[in-house]
Amino acid sequence: MSATEPIVTTGVPIPRRTVGRYLIPLGTSAVIALFAFALVDWIAIEYAYLATYTILQYVVLATAWNIFGGYAGYVNFGVAGFFALGVYASVVNYKTLQLPLPAVIVIAGVIAGIVGLGMGYLTLRLRGVFFSIATLAFSVVLNTIFINWHFVGGARGVSVLRPDAPTFFGTYPRYLFAVMLSLAIAAVLIARAVEYSWLGRGLAAIRDDEVAAECSGVPALRLKLLATTISGALMGMAGAPFPYYITYVDPASAFSLTIAVNTVAMPVIGGMTTWIGPVIGAVLLGTLQQVTTVTISSVLSLMLVGVLLVVFVALAPRGIVGVVKTLRERWA
Amino acid sequence: MSEAPALNAPILRATQVTKRFGGFTAVDALDFTLGQRERVGLIGPNGSGKSTFVNALTGVFGIDQGSVEFNGTDITRLPAWRRARLGLARSFQIPRPFKGQSVRENIEVPLMFAVGHTNPDQVEAEAEAILAQIGLGARRKANPKSLTQVELRKLELGRALAAKPRVLIADESMAGLSDTEVDEVLEVLLKLNAGGISIVLIEHIMRAVVRFSQRIVVLVAGKKIADGDPHEVMSQPEVERAYLGQ
Amino acid sequence: MLVNPELLFNALLTGLLLGGFYSAVSVGITIAFGMLDIVNIAHPAFIILGSFVAFYLNSTFGIDPLVASLIAAPPAFLVGRLLYKMYYYAFERHGEESLQGLAFFFGVLFIVEVGLLLVFGVDYRFVEADYIRKTIALGYVSLPLRLVVPLIAGLAMVAVIYVFTSRTFLGRAILAVSQDPGALRLVGGNPVRVKEIAFGLSIATAVLAGALLIIIQPVEPSLGREYIGRVFAICVLGGMTSLGGTVLASIILGIAEALTATFVGPSWAPAVAFGLLIFTLGARPEGIFGR
Repeated sequence: MSATEPIVTTGVPIPRRTVGRYLIPLGTSAVIALFAFALVDWIAIEYAYLATYTILQYVVLATAWNIFGGYAGYVNFGVAGFFALGVYASVVNYKTLQLPLPAVIVIAGVIAGIVGLGMGYLTLRLRGVFFSIATLAFSVVLNTIFINWHFVGGARGVSVLRPDAPTFFGTYPRYLFAVMLSLAIAAVLIARAVEYSWLGRGLAAIRDDEVAAECSGVPALRLKLLATTISGALMGMAGAPFPYYITYVDPASAFSLTIAVNTVAMPVIGGMTTWIGPVIGAVLLGTLQQVTTVTISSVLSLMLVGVLLVVFVALAPRGIVGVVKTLRERWA
Repeated sequence: MSEAPALNAPILRATQVTKRFGGFTAVDALDFTLGQRERVGLIGPNGSGKSTFVNALTGVFGIDQGSVEFNGTDITRLPAWRRARLGLARSFQIPRPFKGQSVRENIEVPLMFAVGHTNPDQVEAEAEAILAQIGLGARRKANPKSLTQVELRKLELGRALAAKPRVLIADESMAGLSDTEVDEVLEVLLKLNAGGISIVLIEHIMRAVVRFSQRIVVLVAGKKIADGDPHEVMSQPEVERAYLGQ
Repeated sequence: MLVNPELLFNALLTGLLLGGFYSAVSVGITIAFGMLDIVNIAHPAFIILGSFVAFYLNSTFGIDPLVASLIAAPPAFLVGRLLYKMYYYAFERHGEESLQGLAFFFGVLFIVEVGLLLVFGVDYRFVEADYIRKTIALGYVSLPLRLVVPLIAGLAMVAVIYVFTSRTFLGRAILAVSQDPGALRLVGGNPVRVKEIAFGLSIATAVLAGALLIIIQPVEPSLGREYIGRVFAICVLGGMTSLGGTVLASIILGIAEALTATFVGPSWAPAVAFGLLIFTLGARPEGIFGR
């Protein structure tokens, strides 16, 4: 058994030279980033930046959700809540300090991470099903709070003016695209790091059988809390640029059910056990939705998400990644 | 902090342990000790509370009354993972492998979390050693879903071993095994015991229990009805009645 | 701040009437989640579906919503049975964890809501009937009929369910199937078929209750989301399987919401249900009547 070759079995790959393992993905990400940027630049329509922004946003959300939902097996319906935390942190910043966007993203991540930790602490002692309902409760309670908070516009919402973009980027949509692209790459790298680490192994054991994992020495509650914190933080970070994208923020748009369903559907469709599943799901489903919205209707594109979610969950629960794996095993 | 126990002190001591589920008392004021390097057989009819007791000992759930002491430390309130790290391991009566991972990855989990190895090469090497010990080396990459019942029980044992325990509770590891296989597993357990591990064997296969145990404890309806030398215990009328009446 | 006794009394009364109605809305979850352990998070979507069916029958054919509710119930029963069949073949048969069942019903929730949006649009819809604007006087109190009629109809439905589950073989089989499917088989019942009928019943009650809901207030497709919290809060508070607990918990929730709406602000009311749920899960997970 070679010491340099990674062992890839039916489950989680174990990397060997972890240093090399980090240089390669970082290098690849840089290349992909430059390529994507050049590609969208070449298309050079303003709408392209905004359309891809949405897809990249879902890459972040789906990847973030999957760190807890896929790796640990706990369905978090509170997506909207964490996303909205980032959105409203950004709104508060807009109305007060006016810090630059990257700073807001970090702050949003910290706030959402702390809230994720708190929510996890309150809800993770509950059986899986009750946990999910409790996360929904959390989202609704947050929604109600923001509806009643007049400083951020309450139910009526608030308008946000886009500031000037940093000179390197020219237009603001181009800047937003670059920001979200960086965030997406960061999210995927983080998810990958988690998956291959002891944290990922522990979460996988918890997902398969929590009691057996605990009896094998896995500190289940601690790992779950760590996962909800990271997951929540990333979702909050995805929300921070949103006010500048949509330019009018109200609780309905921040807490949108569409975002919640998409964030759950994309990892399910793409594949929940590994980092690439949410990316596949987000890119495929996101693109499909954009195309359907433009060609047929936005409502129909929503219907598509619901149908695909139900179909995949019932017939192909391991997602596209699972289907590919099964096919490869058959032909091997 | 607890003092180091005397050489003759039991490594595991359960005192007046009681566990109720609603109105039903599954384990009733049970006293149980396991000496250092001792081999104890725990027997009783189905539903007598053996597995509930094991769950209570290992921390799968808390108990309503009583206390549990491990190696001098009071572990009554400790969560399961801490008990595993202290050296208390168990196999499950109905095998519960990690179905999303290969056989070897299953073995690696306790090595990483209960023992605390961080070096991947070391984890791999020790996992291979355990696989060889229980005879599952050839199945190292297989998914547990494709294992036979016998192999699953061996995996259960292997996973418990991977936690490098001081105490191993083997919950019906031999169910469904042939005579030769039973002897195989017994040899492994005897060797482990010779290496310093105290073992509680929970079994229905009487010849294995009698051959293996230095002492037998009999549990009926949550209460201990006998505790002593295997042959003496087995010839007690209450014990015979408990099994014949089953 | 002095509490205005008239406001308080009105709040209590509204809460009582509305809360009583909530029991009709929730009894389906008591069956599906409490007894069958199926997390049908799409239940509220079917309530709203019932409202829109009543709207359609009322606006196109002039049918009274009470009658509409009875018309809609049998097809809803069949839809529920079909939905359970799908759920069973996809998940329960394999013993899959609830994770996938949850995602499944989440998808169904979305499909129903978006479907309603596609057909009816985003506007609020309401029904017309003689009694909607009337009130009856009961001593010093005047009760709006738009609250009283659904309340009585809803409680009647709950009573029918209660009688069904306690007196008929099939009904008692439903109670038994959650506790001991093995014993059920011994007395000749088929657990899968029993669950299928129970789930069909659960959806039928949702649709029926929805038809009553639109008597109380105008309805739009996304209204179901408010009810997710309510029905699960009521189910848990009421002890999961107890019908009496469901009624009592519904009244408590109704009054809590009414008091919050009156004295804190109407925009805080949606949080009450979930707040109550979180509190119950934390303090007394077995609910009021739970074991």
